[in-house]
Amino acid sequence: MIKVENINKQYAGKLVASNINVAFEKGKVTSIIGPNGAGKSTLLSIMSRLLDKDSGSVYVDGTELEKWATKTLAKRLAVLKQTNNLNMRFTVKELISFGRFPHSQGKLTDTDRQVIQHAIEYLDLQVIQDKYLDNLSGGQKQLAFIAMVMAQDTDYVLLDEPLNNLDIKHSLQIMKNIRRLAHDMNKAVVIVIHDINFASCYSDNIIAMKNGEVAIAGSVQEVIRAPVLESIYDTPFKVVTLDNQNVCVYY
Amino acid sequence: MTDKSKICLLIILIVSFAVFLLGHGLTADNYQYFLSKRTPKILAMILASIAIALSSFAFQTITHNRILTPSIMGFDALYLLIQVSIVFITGSLSVVALNPYINFSISAFIMVSFSTLLFHFYFGSGRRNIIVLLLVGVVLSQLLFNIANMLVMMLDPNEYAVVQANMFASFGTVSKQLVYLCIPIILLAAIALFKHANVLDVLWLENDNATSLGVDVPIVTKRALLLSALLIAVSTALVGPVLFLGLLVTNLTREWFTTYQHKTLFIGCSLISMLALLSGQVIVEHVFALQTTLSVVINFIGGLYFLRMLLKNQIV
Ligand SMILES: Nc1ncnc2c1ncn2[C@@H]1O[C@H](COP(=O)(O)OP(=O)(O)OP(=O)(O)O)[C@@H](O)[C@H]1O
Ligand SMILES: [Mg+2]
Repeated sequence: MIKVENINKQYAGKLVASNINVAFEKGKVTSIIGPNGAGKSTLLSIMSRLLDKDSGSVYVDGTELEKWATKTLAKRLAVLKQTNNLNMRFTVKELISFGRFPHSQGKLTDTDRQVIQHAIEYLDLQVIQDKYLDNLSGGQKQLAFIAMVMAQDTDYVLLDEPLNNLDIKHSLQIMKNIRRLAHDMNKAVVIVIHDINFASCYSDNIIAMKNGEVAIAGSVQEVIRAPVLESIYDTPFKVVTLDNQNVCVYY
Repeated sequence: MTDKSKICLLIILIVSFAVFLLGHGLTADNYQYFLSKRTPKILAMILASIAIALSSFAFQTITHNRILTPSIMGFDALYLLIQVSIVFITGSLSVVALNPYINFSISAFIMVSFSTLLFHFYFGSGRRNIIVLLLVGVVLSQLLFNIANMLVMMLDPNEYAVVQANMFASFGTVSKQLVYLCIPIILLAAIALFKHANVLDVLWLENDNATSLGVDVPIVTKRALLLSALLIAVSTALVGPVLFLGLLVTNLTREWFTTYQHKTLFIGCSLISMLALLSGQVIVEHVFALQTTLSVVINFIGGLYFLRMLLKNQIV
């Protein structure tokens, strides 16, 4: 379990994360939603040791984040940021292979190669696996990065806007994979996501943030309600039930 | 052509140039004299090539850019300032100035301390704007260089002659003692960098992804920077400042080699660097008949390349 306790973070005197208390369990998909600038990425970065916090604690499997050796933690927790730059030309497969770095420090074993091949197959990347990333579309690149994180094979998978640039077919494919990772392989998957309907249909829990605070955290039923969403997004919402799922209409 | 055959081709060319430089005009009577003069010179060029290539490549990886090198950031200007200061403070005939072991230890110590300072300056504050760093580097190296020049002006003319040899890149005058001192240092630093090759590969993915993959970015960055500083101290001690060589060879390596692995890139870059210096020396000796110096040729070509990169906006 990842436990976040009383996290605070300021930029130039402005609180962008204020007194945040949340927890993420294994076997569950948790979505973090909220308007632009709400502090979603900040929270994700703090939880994954990419960003220093001003105060508060994060516990991963009961041990404080600072006490984990980065190397060891990388076998438990993987994180993918919202935007990713590369300083070198890589093929899709080479990039995905980096996912095995925590396990084999750059010397791929047979197991590593199998895991990489699995990740390629799960995300249907066979056709482009030997292409260079700078010749691919934004969505194809995004899929390659997600495959890298999947190859890392960690208990905790943190993804910041994994559906960036993806079409509906690939978005569905990613969301189904995410749900399988959590439910079948007992991982804790945390995603930051803007598409509320994907969040509603594919997560177990939802955390809604606004102005650096957690506005509400709970099950899908508790969060995907018109009054709650209206106060978070300052927009009229209609929530309907369709095939047993809460679906939002907001146009 | 595969990367392996590129490496083979480079080795063949390097050996031919080295043999030519060593062997031209030798006869049964004069070979002992010439070889004893030429061997340390060529050894110094090869060692300096490796030092410049490795330090520049590692430095660019940890700073995530292709335009900054330790030379451009003022590392070799600092080395010159240290040399001038030593003569200025202790005199040209002092043990510190003349004993290469003591001299080198002091210089290396200061260089490594300076790189630690630079480390905090670069990576301590969150923002890293390459253009700002580039400007800072250029200003800093000019400043250090000018302080060194000012001290030179204030020196006794006799002592001036001692320092002068160090102020400009010179491949003609190398002390044998220094060459042999530098071999183990470069060897150790190179081994240390090669040990980090796999970790450096992960840094191609930028610091956040590298952290997520379990790389302790601050520690790796610090180590690579220290090793770069040490290597630059070595190369400047051997052949003086060659401002644009590092920039030239790292970028040629990136353009020519297809791999992303530092293991291969380090080797390729070292070889390209050797080829540049050795072939440059052949041109200087046999085309320009020693009317110009190698550093002028290298800086001319390197400078043009630098401009081309700026114009094509290939700076990150
Ligand atoms: N490096 C930084 N320096 C100063 N302020 C920052 C920095 N990074 C983020 N912020 C501010 O912190 C706040 C939260 O940013 P964050 O990136 O966490 O938002 P977000 O919820 O992920 O938004 P989005 O949906 O647009 O990605 C924003 O107001 C942003 O302006
Ligand atoms: Mg964000």
